[in-house]
Amino acid sequence: MTIQGWTFLLVGLSFALYVGVAIWSRARSTADFFVASGHVPPLLNGMATAADWMSAASFISMAGLISFMGYDGSVYLMGWTGGYVLLALLVAPYLRKFGQFTVPDFIGDRYASRPARIVAVGCAIFISFTYVAGQMRGVGIVFSRFLDVEIETGVVVGMAIVFFYAVLGGMKGITYTQVAQYCVLIFSYLVPAIFISMLMTGNPIPQIGFGSTLADGSGVALLDRLDQLSIDLGFVAFTQGTKSTLDVFFITAALMIGTAGLPHVIVRFYTVPKVSAARSSAGWALVFIAILYTTAPAVAAFARTNLLQTVPGRAYAELPSWVHNWESIGLVQFDDHDGDGHVRYVGPASDARNELVIDRDIMVLANPEIANLPAWVVGLVAAGALAAALSTAAGLLLVISSSVAHDLLKKSFVPDIDERAELLAARVAAGLAVVVAGYFGIRPPGFVAQVVAFAFGLAAASIFPAVTLGIFSRRMNSHGAIAGMIAGIGFTAGYIVHFKFMAPELNTAAHWLWGISPEGIGALGMVLNFAVAYGVAAFTPSPPARALELVERVRLP
Amino acid sequence: MTEPTDTQRNAAYWRRNLQYLTVLLGFWFVVSFGFGILLREPLDAIRLGGFKLGFWFAQQGSILVFVALIFVYVGLMNRLDREYGVREESAGG
Repeated sequence: MTIQGWTFLLVGLSFALYVGVAIWSRARSTADFFVASGHVPPLLNGMATAADWMSAASFISMAGLISFMGYDGSVYLMGWTGGYVLLALLVAPYLRKFGQFTVPDFIGDRYASRPARIVAVGCAIFISFTYVAGQMRGVGIVFSRFLDVEIETGVVVGMAIVFFYAVLGGMKGITYTQVAQYCVLIFSYLVPAIFISMLMTGNPIPQIGFGSTLADGSGVALLDRLDQLSIDLGFVAFTQGTKSTLDVFFITAALMIGTAGLPHVIVRFYTVPKVSAARSSAGWALVFIAILYTTAPAVAAFARTNLLQTVPGRAYAELPSWVHNWESIGLVQFDDHDGDGHVRYVGPASDARNELVIDRDIMVLANPEIANLPAWVVGLVAAGALAAALSTAAGLLLVISSSVAHDLLKKSFVPDIDERAELLAARVAAGLAVVVAGYFGIRPPGFVAQVVAFAFGLAAASIFPAVTLGIFSRRMNSHGAIAGMIAGIGFTAGYIVHFKFMAPELNTAAHWLWGISPEGIGALGMVLNFAVAYGVAAFTPSPPARALELVERVRLP
Repeated sequence: MTEPTDTQRNAAYWRRNLQYLTVLLGFWFVVSFGFGILLREPLDAIRLGGFKLGFWFAQQGSILVFVALIFVYVGLMNRLDREYGVREESAGG
């Protein structure tokens, strides 16, 4: 069977599985729809959280990013896993005890304030929409690369699948579909990683192969060879970085704290039966995430070594076939400046003599071909990438739907809505959100890709402080929390907009505040949020008795 | 001797929780921001197989420690919940 035949078969089978799971687990009540009635076992919730969390970016782009960034790529590895420690210790158990449906629910009740709830809803919807558009785009790209259909057609097929199980099943349908999607995505990530680790180092475990000697009999450690190759070609050594230590610190902090403040991750912990289950569920989630996140840097180093050993200086006609395959769809570009028929690949990337441009995404997508794996593995990678994108999109759509139906209608503007009408409103809102997300996937506004990365900074500067202050500070009142959220998100968004959209020519370390890049500014935004919140709370009345009772209640299981 | 009141017991439970959090978040900070970022260069002088140690903490070790920290917290809190008799028996909250 051909590669395309295998891809259609495996993608088709995985989609049939998701639809089957969705029909089996459809939602019958608002509690089913918003939080799967709190009946999800912690291990399965951990798996669903991992799939929810790991997006098309984690699956397709992250290893490629690291292979070009080397040590600097550690910000993603530590940032997107360390946040789970904060979630498990500072957020998840208390919100599970609170036991409602959404993050704004907690903020609204804890601060006994409708404005606080509405500010939180605004943050949640903004963060989720920027994120989901990127996922839909990812679905379209995978379809076009592997199945040779238009990006638009791919987005529409993806929308139809997500529409079906998110609207029908709500949180319950999404949860069990995500469990299936996790299995598909991790299997399809590990199979090529294990093969390429065997190929490069002779060790089947990528995490160990990463630190082993090369299988070519030279006795040199893989990372030492990679550092040497990089330096010889004019790049910085792989295990060194080019970012300043302070900037690495702030970016890592912003990604960690942002992770613990992302609404679609937090709501997953409402779905487990009890507080102790929320704690262990966060642990399981991180186990399942760590399997991919410790494999990714190994894949990055293998792919980079392989590339630097085979490509530079070779005659164009002698390049391995995968280079030509990916060149045909524009992910590899070769421009023979000096006309000698050989590939000159030198660093740094800005060097004008460089003749090769490589899209970072092919580091994962081309892996099966680089390692000469059978055609079915290529199909598997396509199915895995789709699973990663669809599972994240569904989780985000649910946040948008519950924010509209539950927070804005039921809790703010139409309090006497009955459960059936609320469920219908949630389904309509989920349906509309799918359509809007699909539209952005087909016609992405130029800023989507950039904004997705900043969603973390915004979450770190707004939702995380409001939630943790609500749990750990008895003194914090609505005035402080609202002022803090507005100051934090305003400062962070303002800094990002200034450097990314208004004055991009100034976006260099020399102009940044204390050398902190826009990617890392959310950590400073969080500090500002805390400072403003405490300052304002000190001069305004203590929170009302019912808010204090709520604090006491969430602190005990 | 009088039995401690519920409020006192709850406050004591919360204090213990905060102690666990402080210690565990201390480890969390040291392995990532400490070993992986601030102390990376001196640690890179030490080898762990084919890895430089600081680099290994940044791309592998910190993640493994994060997983361990959460399960240590789960274990400590399950014990504390039993000790204070606040462990919930059934579903719901």
